[in-house]
Amino acid sequence: MSHKLRSRQARRQQAHAPVFACAFAALGDETRLALVAKLCGGEPRSISQLTQGSKLTRQAITKHLRVLERAGIVRCVHSGRESRFEFEQKSIEEMKDYLDFVSRQWDQALSRLKAFVED
Amino acid sequence: MNDRIEKRIELKAPVSRVWRALTDYREFGQWFRVKLDGPFVPGQVSTGQITYPGYEHLKWEAVVQKMEPERLFSFTWHPYAVDPKVDYSTETPTLVEFRLEKIPSGTLLLLTESGFDKIPSDRRLEAFRRNDGGWTEQLKKIEAHVAQTS
Repeated sequence: MSHKLRSRQARRQQAHAPVFACAFAALGDETRLALVAKLCGGEPRSISQLTQGSKLTRQAITKHLRVLERAGIVRCVHSGRESRFEFEQKSIEEMKDYLDFVSRQWDQALSRLKAFVED
Repeated sequence: MNDRIEKRIELKAPVSRVWRALTDYREFGQWFRVKLDGPFVPGQVSTGQITYPGYEHLKWEAVVQKMEPERLFSFTWHPYAVDPKVDYSTETPTLVEFRLEKIPSGTLLLLTESGFDKIPSDRRLEAFRRNDGGWTEQLKKIEAHVAQTS
């Protein structure tokens, strides 16, 4: 990969970093993880469907869904008067890309450290 | 999905040498490629300017956590995410830990960066994986995608 392309990708990923931090934080909750698990099958579900089998109220579930929506993990689609939520597949791929990006930066930094101390 | 990055690297240099390269702010700056404003002090903010080509517009900011001589050096920061226009103070930083171990050939360095999410244990993530086959499918797709693009 050319240096130019790499730094362009890096800049793009840096620009996204706050969004990722938000996404990681959004997933750090058991209720929200369970909601994502229900949605990642791909089919959009209504708030009533997502509330079924949960001890939480509809209001509480809605609140959690909004957190996930703000983090870009789920998307709200309106069909008639009903709101349905669906999993935003791209979000997880982008988070994985971001972790890989940080990981590669460390690989490079550590190989510079190696050269530095072994010199 | 992993919530942490782990690296281990063997360095053909004594632990004391590696410790200095990690914790002397001028030496750290040379290999990390950052011009730091002053020495690392536990509990204090470390500031500077990245010198890595193409990244010079970025500031360095970290909070030094622990400095246990020749054993552990750690700091918290927002990894490679320092946009001058963004206020990161409301976001949870990640924790970077450098652990040193003496080995016959020199030093074993273990690097961990953790806190990318708030999941306190792998167990919970495991439970999440088992919860739905769809998620496992997602992970497979991601793995294939990453293998292709890297």
